[in-house]
Order: sequence, then structure tokens, then C-alpha cells
Amino acid sequence: MAATHPAHPPGFAHQFETVEQQRDAGHLGMWIFLATEILFFGGMFTAYTVYRSLHLQEFIRGSHELLVKFGATNTAVLICSSLTMALAIRSAQTGKSRGTVISWLLLTWVLGAAFLAIKLRYEWYRDWVEGLIPGVSWMGGGGHTPGVKMFMCFYFFMTGLHALHMVAGLGILTVLVVMTARKRFSPNYYAPLEISGLYWHFVDIVWIFLFPLLYLIGGRYPGS
Amino acid sequence: MVEHPEQAADYHPPHIVPVPIYVAVFVALIIFTALTTGIAYIDLGKWNTVVALVIAVCKMVLVVLFFMHVKYSKGLTRIVILGAFFWLGIMITLTCSDELTRHWEIVPQGWSAGMHIARQLF
Repeated sequence: MAATHPAHPPGFAHQFETVEQQRDAGHLGMWIFLATEILFFGGMFTAYTVYRSLHLQEFIRGSHELLVKFGATNTAVLICSSLTMALAIRSAQTGKSRGTVISWLLLTWVLGAAFLAIKLRYEWYRDWVEGLIPGVSWMGGGGHTPGVKMFMCFYFFMTGLHALHMVAGLGILTVLVVMTARKRFSPNYYAPLEISGLYWHFVDIVWIFLFPLLYLIGGRYPGS
Repeated sequence: MVEHPEQAADYHPPHIVPVPIYVAVFVALIIFTALTTGIAYIDLGKWNTVVALVIAVCKMVLVVLFFMHVKYSKGLTRIVILGAFFWLGIMITLTCSDELTRHWEIVPQGWSAGMHIARQLF
């Protein structure tokens, strides 16, 4: 192979004309994947919109069973993790030491794990104890009407699908830490970091919409 | 084949976002989160949902433009992103235009009532 074409610099694949073209192709490919993800979650948001308008009062009662403080805390935790992810990529771009990149990645990992821990311990576990999980542990919180159950189903499917994406994200971050430790990245090549960053930020955006749509229906003011 | 592609004449290095911009976006996102939570405790009637969604869209735009570097990206990538949201819009708009303009019958309470009607029919 080496005899038929010149050797390429580390991380530069031979099918590309320039490093810039390779980078743009990577971004484009990841955004096409994220487009499918937008429509994947979009299906749930569409179903949510329809059923919310059909059962608005029951959706409000169901929403009031959720704890805003944990939803809001988790929103902040995810925003922090997006910042640390962006800084991890930036330290690779600017040629900072591997230790710096790994530190930002591990901090992102810890924040992602903290999100899941809060979700499991203070929300889903409590929902199970209080009987808010239709079909698993249901004691009719918010009223024994189909619309409230419907809301809780949407809550668990949407937050559950989001949590699965978070778990996948933690796996990706682990791989990135190993790749960084093995000196795979340089200021000339850090595409896996950047592409994974796009995924991580996308999962953050999904939560940015889930928080008001699930926790804040009908407001929380007195008499709401 | 360019042997040192980073030295090509028309090479554009990746845009490196300054740390203060990342921090400013982060602070804005946290303020928006506090705002959306706080406004939920104020009675705005139907506007509570509208305000919450407007804030969520603002947060999304900040994340997409700066954290996801779309402000510095190529036109083709932007078309894919706009296309994704356009198709999402089609899905939501057409589904709602169907589902929300039907005349719905009152749903029988519980499955037993449904089974009772089914038995009468068949």
C-alpha cells in the first residue's frame, strides 16, 4: 500500500483531499445521525402533544406529582456537563496535555452519572414507592383516571429513552478517556471527541425540552 | 494527494471558541433554567406553556450555535439541521391537524365498559 500512495499524517484518512474536508464530512455525517435522533424523539414529542391536548387537566394533575426541584437540578447538572464536554474538546484542539483532556472528560462523566443517580434515587425510586408507575407500582397518584396514567407512561418512556441515551453517552466518554490516554488525539486530529460532543449536547437539548414539558405543565403557582 | 494537507493554500483551520464565550453561554443557560422554573410559579394562564417553550428554544439555539459549533459550520451541515427540524415540523403539524380536528366520542371509563360495548356489538 505504501508504494501506491504517500503515507498520510496520523488520523488523516486517504479518501479525503484535505484535513478540512475530512472534518466537514465528519460533522455532516454526525448531524445526519442526529437528524434521525431528532425525529426519533420527535415521535414521542408528537404523541405527547396530541395526548396532552386531549387530556390537559389530567396531564396537569400527573405533572404535579413530579418534583420540580430534582428536574431543575438535573437540568443544571446536564448544562454543567455540556460545558465540561465543550472544554474537553477545546483542550484537545489547543494541544493541552492528555491529563487536562482526561480531567474534563472524567468531570463530564461524573456529571452524567450524577444526573442518572438523581433520576434513579430521588425520582424513579420515589415514584415506585409512592405508586406512580403504571403497570409496575400504581396506587393512583394524581387520580385513577386514564389520562393521569397516560401522562405517567409518557413521563417514564420519555425520561427512560433519554436516560438510555445518557448511559450510551457514559460508555462513549469511557472510550474517549481510553483513546486520549493512548495518545490517539492531537490538535490535528480529535474528530471522535468532537463528534461525541455533538451527541452529548444533543442529549442535553432533549432534556432542556423534557424539563418544562413534563415537570411544569399548567404551572406550579397556587391554585394551578 | 496533498502530503501536508494542513498546509494547503485554501486550508481553513477549525474555529476555536474562546473560553469566555463558553462560560457566557453556560451562565445564560443556567439563568434560563432558573427563569423557566421561576416563571412556573407565577400565574400567566395559557402563557406559562408558551413562555416555557420559548425559553427552551432559546436554550437549544445557544447550545447548537456555540457548544455544537454550528455558528462556525458549513452551509451543508446547516441545511441538514434545518431539514431535520423542518421534517419534525411536518410530523407535528400534520399529526395535530388530523388528531385535533376530529370529533371525539366520550371514552368509556375503564376496560370493562369497553368490553361491555364490544359484547353488545358482536
